[in-house]
Amino acid sequence: MNFKFEVEGGDFTNAGTASSQVKKMMKQLGVDAAIIKRTVVALYEAEVNIVAHAYRGDIFVDIDESGIYIKLVDEGPGIPDIDQAMIKGYSTASPKVREMGFGAGMGLPNIKANTDVLNVFSEVGKGTTVEISNLFQKE
Amino acid sequence: MEDFHHALSFKYELCIGCSHCTSVCPTAAIHVEEGRPILNPNRCIDCGRCYNACPLNAIYIEQDDFQTIYDYKYPVLLVPSIFSSQFQDKFSNKVILSVFYHLGFKKVYEVERAVNILKEKYLEMMQNEELERPIISSFCPAIVRLIQVKFPSLVSNLSLVRPPLDITALFIKKSLENSGIPREDIGIFYISPCAAKIAAIKSPVGEDKSVVDGVINMNYMYNKVLRIIKQGEYKLVTDEEDFHSMSNDSLRFSLTAGEVRLMDRGRNLAIDGVHNVSRFLSKLEDDYVDNIDFLELRACDESCAGGILCAGDRFLTAERQRNRLKRSSRKKHADEMNQYKDYLLDNIVVGKVEPRSMDKLDDDIAVAMRKMKKSYEINSHLPQVDCRICGYQSCKELAIAIVNQKASLTHCIFVQRVLEQGDKLTNMESIKITRKIWGENKVNKNSLDTLNLE
Repeated sequence: MNFKFEVEGGDFTNAGTASSQVKKMMKQLGVDAAIIKRTVVALYEAEVNIVAHAYRGDIFVDIDESGIYIKLVDEGPGIPDIDQAMIKGYSTASPKVREMGFGAGMGLPNIKANTDVLNVFSEVGKGTTVEISNLFQKE
Repeated sequence: MEDFHHALSFKYELCIGCSHCTSVCPTAAIHVEEGRPILNPNRCIDCGRCYNACPLNAIYIEQDDFQTIYDYKYPVLLVPSIFSSQFQDKFSNKVILSVFYHLGFKKVYEVERAVNILKEKYLEMMQNEELERPIISSFCPAIVRLIQVKFPSLVSNLSLVRPPLDITALFIKKSLENSGIPREDIGIFYISPCAAKIAAIKSPVGEDKSVVDGVINMNYMYNKVLRIIKQGEYKLVTDEEDFHSMSNDSLRFSLTAGEVRLMDRGRNLAIDGVHNVSRFLSKLEDDYVDNIDFLELRACDESCAGGILCAGDRFLTAERQRNRLKRSSRKKHADEMNQYKDYLLDNIVVGKVEPRSMDKLDDDIAVAMRKMKKSYEINSHLPQVDCRICGYQSCKELAIAIVNQKASLTHCIFVQRVLEQGDKLTNMESIKITRKIWGENKVNKNSLDTLNLE
């Protein structure tokens, strides 16, 4: 089953729509609660990344009995150095933002910790694409 | 898995099939067939929203026959502290207690006495960093069941600490046995403010059998006590020691924030009302909510003061309870319960609580996938009015019933109108469907004959 969600940059109040919908579907499928939790955490984090950094974005969700495959495509500033962004604690946030409790550099590492597969592609000045997937049955 | 035991059932002879119960249910556990509400036992959490919504009092809450107290040589009564707060101020605790003794109870205890011991466990829990956060209180049995069926991923957050009722009951059993009274002579009875607590006693979650031997509904007891007081049939007992050992923590416990007020650290939140709780837990699952240490969740608005079996207005009951707190003496009373502290703390945790998701469409994920796909497709053709004319709580629930072959698309009145336009359904067939859902009477062609339409 395929779904598409649109995300508006800066609209924090509506962030989480996609993860909430995905959660409902996974419950209906009877997916293990721990896998639901991992998926929701990862998707919410990725969704908020778009809201926080990009102008807008689309989330494509493909769900079948084997697993959930999500692609988040945003139009935004892009990530100059993906390898660095994947390091826990790395952040481009200014000291002022960090003082407020944001920009701890946990975003991508947290998504990675909660997904079976994570791919990040980015072009500076154009946007970022994040692919995440979780399988329902573990070997 | 065994079905949940439910304290709620329908009195079909009184029911007019209005479906108000269907609309308020937080787990969509009720639908209408042949003019009667049908309960899905795997979804119902005994919260009692339906009981409050029913305009005809057609929902019955089971209780034990009061006469069974006389089967025991030593009947003991456990009273929630909000019981006396339902009475006007002129009826003192002393009077109410005297009536209980008059009725034949040998001992009367307020259940929240155990809060002093419970508090130690709560504080210890908050210090234990190994426990998954937020810790969710397992005090309200309707909430425990709500989490089992609707939020299975949060089952592991439940505190699994016994409610004050269980601890007080354990104490009584132990102390009376120690004083030489045989267990079979002791009958422990509880006045319940709600259906969920009755269900929890009759089929406890996480253990085999409750320590409580019988349940009396609070509204029944309120009537009985008030009548005896009005008729002056009782003798005033001067010794009211049994109602004395209540600390401020104890008196506050069953009101909203009663548990949160016990805590000495952390970010702790109290939420009451089952729909509020449900919305919050959904956000918690979606990962919006972070750094909360403890959640006190109660199914009833104003917590136990709003119990569905409470006789009085919930706001007045809560206010009286708070006034009692102000009045209560600062003097410490030695509590016999403290002698059993170690024993009670050893027995304060219940067994494992299993998730039992109500949303799962099939045990086979491939079948569940097909059903989900189909139900989304069907739902996209339904009007989203959630009018309940099909007998289900919402269009979404009808779509699920259709894929489970419990209903058909023509249950929808809008679909009927669409098909009638294309001559795919006759008017008579529509009426037949409506009769099947709502019974003969609501669409009887003669039913308007006596109404003057001029």
